Amino acid sequence: MSESGYADAQPRMGFFTDTSVCIGCKACEVACKEWNLVPAAGDASDMDLLGLSYDNTGDLGANSWRHVAFVEQQVPASRVDNLGMPAIGAPEQEDEAGVRWLMSSDVCKHCTHAACLDVCPTGALFRTEFDTVVVQPDICNGCGYCVPACPYGVIEKREEDGRAFKCTLCYDRIGDGLEPACAQACPTDSIQYGELDELRERAELRKQALHDDGVTEARLYGDDPDDGVGGDGAFFLLLDEPEAYGLPPDPVVTTRDLPAMWRRAGAAALGVAAAVVASFAGARR
Amino acid sequence: MSREQAMVAPAESRSYYGRPIVKEPAWEQPDVPLYLFLGGTAGASASMAALARATGLPRLARTGTLVAAGGSLASVVALIHDLGRPERFLYMLRVFKPTSPLSVGSWILAPFSALATASAASTLTGRLGPLGTLAGAGTGLLGPAMCTYTAVLLADTATPAWHEGRRELPVLFAGSAAASGAGAALLLVPTTETAPARRLGLAGAAAERAAGHRLEHDLGVVSETYRTGRAGTLLKAGKALTAVGAGLSLLGGRSRLASAAAGAAYLAAGVCTRFGVFAAGVASARDPKYTVIPQRERMARNTKGAPAARGRPS
Repeated sequence: MSESGYADAQPRMGFFTDTSVCIGCKACEVACKEWNLVPAAGDASDMDLLGLSYDNTGDLGANSWRHVAFVEQQVPASRVDNLGMPAIGAPEQEDEAGVRWLMSSDVCKHCTHAACLDVCPTGALFRTEFDTVVVQPDICNGCGYCVPACPYGVIEKREEDGRAFKCTLCYDRIGDGLEPACAQACPTDSIQYGELDELRERAELRKQALHDDGVTEARLYGDDPDDGVGGDGAFFLLLDEPEAYGLPPDPVVTTRDLPAMWRRAGAAALGVAAAVVASFAGARR
Repeated sequence: MSREQAMVAPAESRSYYGRPIVKEPAWEQPDVPLYLFLGGTAGASASMAALARATGLPRLARTGTLVAAGGSLASVVALIHDLGRPERFLYMLRVFKPTSPLSVGSWILAPFSALATASAASTLTGRLGPLGTLAGAGTGLLGPAMCTYTAVLLADTATPAWHEGRRELPVLFAGSAAASGAGAALLLVPTTETAPARRLGLAGAAAERAAGHRLEHDLGVVSETYRTGRAGTLLKAGKALTAVGAGLSLLGGRSRLASAAAGAAYLAAGVCTRFGVFAAGVASARDPKYTVIPQRERMARNTKGAPAARGRPS
């Protein structure tokens, strides 16, 4: 049995998102919306520009199952390659000040130990034969418990619909041997889909290659089966600390602490019972 | 600061444009804070009613039975109203999932409210007395669970104020529920029968205060969310109202008016506490620092002596 509960008949499928080659084209966002018929976020007023570099999506949610983050950082000019691109009216930069852009296409992590799935009271969230985590829209009753349970802030209730939605890792495509829409659309192979074991090996090689090239800040995120969620089915190569991309540095599945929490609540309940009994002992008025 | 200056590429503060990492609770106000308050009040009232019936305090038993039924039914209504698909509320009972506190809670709330309603119906109509007493005993046994399961419901989330407070919230909710149940009795029952409620109120107030103090001071940076903003205001009001309730119940003697005022203060305190805890959760989800700092602190503790921290270059 695998950690997530499935026997080994079908290999676990996942994403490796190599952010070092992301060019921020957002083809993944568009392909996802089109294939999965994900509606626009909210009303027209939500179409405003966010003013966060080129990011006008903001975060993952019910209506954004891929989200490309644009991180702008001041770095020494020596670290920036001059691409010789034509520029119009570019602001004068100080000698030692360069800018680097980190771009990263974020997605549901399809955790090995998925909090959303654990806390779902109806069984609407389930684990597929590919070890991915999917919401069944005909079961979800919109209780919203999965929303604060997710340590990555991925799943969300669609207000006008009432139910919770998130990435399905294109459950309807991968069953037919297709790759998910975002991976297919990605022009630089920043989003790679495949068997998780193979992706992890490939990611390790890529990290080593970057380190050998002097990009020592390259690190894998979500690849460790011993982390707080048992490893992610969708993991990343990042070029900075996770929180710079809006990712939690050490996420945990809170159900891990559930036995201790129930013991605590049980003890507190016994305390209530004891207090009630004691309050009836002694003088009657 | 010096650490950041020493790094090669500090540039950004350690967040993505200050945007939240975890999502705010999807639950609506006032539905869910009221659901917490009403369920707890009903639970404590049911246990009191069962013992009052056994020890010959008929008016305390009657009031407790009715509050348990009314409170739990209103709690069910609040929960259903909060669903995105209210017509699917029975889906809550299509599985029993020990990993979901909301599933476990539904399986506590459903029999509790059914038994409480049966007991109240028997009390009001005077029919099927023994069955009503039996149903009342059942609600009395489930009552303490009603008081505390909602603490696990909140604590089993990535909402920093709630998960970091997982050790304190059950005690806080137990105390708050006991005080609120006692408050309902003090408000509605003549003083000849309120001695147990007075004592339960004091015990509940003490437990609530102890747990509240730990939430406000022992959770590191996350404790800020219990002390400041809307949550801070509500919890301070709850604290003051609890003190007023306890004081009036002690010093008011046999005065019906003082007893009723004490009861009202306890109930108001319960409302403030539940809304306050909810608000602390919302505030802690909105600012990414409450997600990042406790995790970084945990990583530093766990990796002392270990070769490399997760999420860092290795």
